[in-house]
Amino acid sequence: MMAEIVLDKVTKRYPDGALAVSEADFTIADGEFVILVGPSGCGKSTTLNMIAGLEDISDGELRIDGQRVNEKAPKDRDIAMVFQSYALYPHMSVRENMAFPLRLAKVDDKIVRQKVEQAAATLDLTQHLDRKPGNLSGGQRQRVAMGRAIVRSPKAFLMDEPLSNLDAKLRVQMRTSLSKLQKQLGTTTVYVTHDQTEAMTLGDRVVVLRGGIVQQIGSPQFLYEQPANLFVAGFIGSPSMNFLPATLADNEVNSPIGKFALTDRIRALVEKAGASREVILGIRPEHFEDAHLLDDSAKAGGATFAATVDVLESMGSDKYAYFTVEGDQATSQELEELAADSGSADVPDSGSQVVTRLSAASDARQGESLDVWFDADKVLLFDPSNGKNLTYAG
Amino acid sequence: MTHAAVKPAPAKAAKKPKQELSEGKRAERKLGLLLCAPAALVMIAVTGWPVIYSIWLSMQRYDLRFPNQSEFVFLDNYITVLGSGYWWDAFGLTMLITVVSVILELVLGMCLALIMHRTIVGRGLVRTVSLIPYGIVTVVAAFSWRYAWDDKTGYLSDLVSAGALTDKTAAFFTVVLAEVWKTTPFMALLLMAGLALVPDDLLKAASMDGAGPWQRFTKVMVPVMKPAILVALLFRTLDAFRIFDNLFVLTPGTSSVSIQTYNNLIKGLNLGIGSTMSVLIFITVAIIAFVFIKVFGTAAPGSDPGGKR
Repeated sequence: MMAEIVLDKVTKRYPDGALAVSEADFTIADGEFVILVGPSGCGKSTTLNMIAGLEDISDGELRIDGQRVNEKAPKDRDIAMVFQSYALYPHMSVRENMAFPLRLAKVDDKIVRQKVEQAAATLDLTQHLDRKPGNLSGGQRQRVAMGRAIVRSPKAFLMDEPLSNLDAKLRVQMRTSLSKLQKQLGTTTVYVTHDQTEAMTLGDRVVVLRGGIVQQIGSPQFLYEQPANLFVAGFIGSPSMNFLPATLADNEVNSPIGKFALTDRIRALVEKAGASREVILGIRPEHFEDAHLLDDSAKAGGATFAATVDVLESMGSDKYAYFTVEGDQATSQELEELAADSGSADVPDSGSQVVTRLSAASDARQGESLDVWFDADKVLLFDPSNGKNLTYAG
Repeated sequence: MTHAAVKPAPAKAAKKPKQELSEGKRAERKLGLLLCAPAALVMIAVTGWPVIYSIWLSMQRYDLRFPNQSEFVFLDNYITVLGSGYWWDAFGLTMLITVVSVILELVLGMCLALIMHRTIVGRGLVRTVSLIPYGIVTVVAAFSWRYAWDDKTGYLSDLVSAGALTDKTAAFFTVVLAEVWKTTPFMALLLMAGLALVPDDLLKAASMDGAGPWQRFTKVMVPVMKPAILVALLFRTLDAFRIFDNLFVLTPGTSSVSIQTYNNLIKGLNLGIGSTMSVLIFITVAIIAFVFIKVFGTAAPGSDPGGKR
């Protein structure tokens, strides 16, 4: 069954004038797994509810399978939804919960039985079919909710933070099984989450939203490497990208982690974008390395600075070293929002903190100075006034 | 999702029977009992004693007009009352009024509850206004109905051809109307509390699963709020069975069980027979409550395991 979902300038405006979603404009291809991600209040759930038909569309057109469905009731759109609270019917057994959509569609009893049992087998729920949802664990309830969605083979699945009520370990397990299940069924899926890890690991494509406006759409790897702006850069990736205030003059960057020349590739991009003098320098933790571990030829492509290690976290596979560098923190609207969302705005901080991921072989010690090298070709430069990525290669 | 959190509690409690209480726990329990004692004693004095006394009276021949002939007759009074056609007529009428008015109250109350639940503008005002009939003293409301339906002067009497208060069938419906008008708001309030128990996500899920508005109501809303519905029905049934004021004011001739008890006990001064009747009402009410709780599985108020923690 073909099911392409097209959002054509879909807008949600509340009666009080508040704009929840502004001209969302993207196409979800048949069988694709698309993630809507963003901090709370970014409009991702509203977008999902509009696709579901649970909220009216104020402006624009929503097409499923080439047909305008703006005016159709949820039940006539042939899509299934999994809720964060699972929304299982407490008075029905697991079997009846899963059979509910089929019973409403007046499907023959024998077929209902067969389909429910088939779905239960897929989700490993067979031995729980006659229990009530109240007696199940969180993970089992989550699977029942999935089962209720898959039994009727809908055109698309909509999932509203389906894993966020599970504990961390189970969430990782369910994430992989969810991904497997989606590939196996090949059903178009729209998945809402605030967790960038889920977005990175599950999606074919990720849509990043902020304040009701789509920031960037692309594959997880592309968003990671080529964020369109400060917001996407800061939101995607864990630990997140380091941001430092810097000045740009004569193709040289002057930043709290030293002065270094732009590489040819970046210079070309910056010239094309027309950069101002003041910029925000962005660099990911893994683009740092302990300078002692590199030979001179390897060091040629970057710059080195010395700083005292504040905190060292040894993860086994690698080490995270935290430094404080002199100078003000990089400031912009986007960064403040990201800080508020992660709660780090409440943590008092003097100077800017830099997080680096070093090789496990590094002999960095807490409280001691360390020479740190970084790859100058991997830095990103942002315009502090509008957050635009000046080094965006497109 | 409170129900999910509450469910496992009884299972846990059942698993560990009679645990040895620690010193501190026992002292705490003793203190608790001591603190409850005064209130419990007052309760027993004002509710327990009259019940016991009326059971005692019901087993005696005791007519205040012939105090000299008083004697203990054990169950003779019960045989007299239960063998009387008047009692069974009154019993049948009371049951009929109870069933008809409670059904009407449930249907109307549910409509009112749904309206109040969905109201966005002036929520408080709508709820207050709809509660006004329940706030009026029954006797006062009954008199206003009596004047309204009065054959000669009543402003509503023209609506019906037969005398609203004199024709037997018409009078029945007049009384039921007065009852329904007065207690529907109470029903609506209890049902609204039940509606609040139905999570929005559940209704959204049902509409995604393909349910229309009516199916959402019958297949999801009603089953989920069933405990609240049963409690509302229980309260109203018990209340309706003891109907007195409306009948007393509107149709002095007819008799419900309560009216007949009043006639024997207060008017007739026959303490024995009157007490017997009131004990029979007590037993009937107890049976109704028992049926609701045991057969329909109504959660008796206060028996919710969540309240014990």
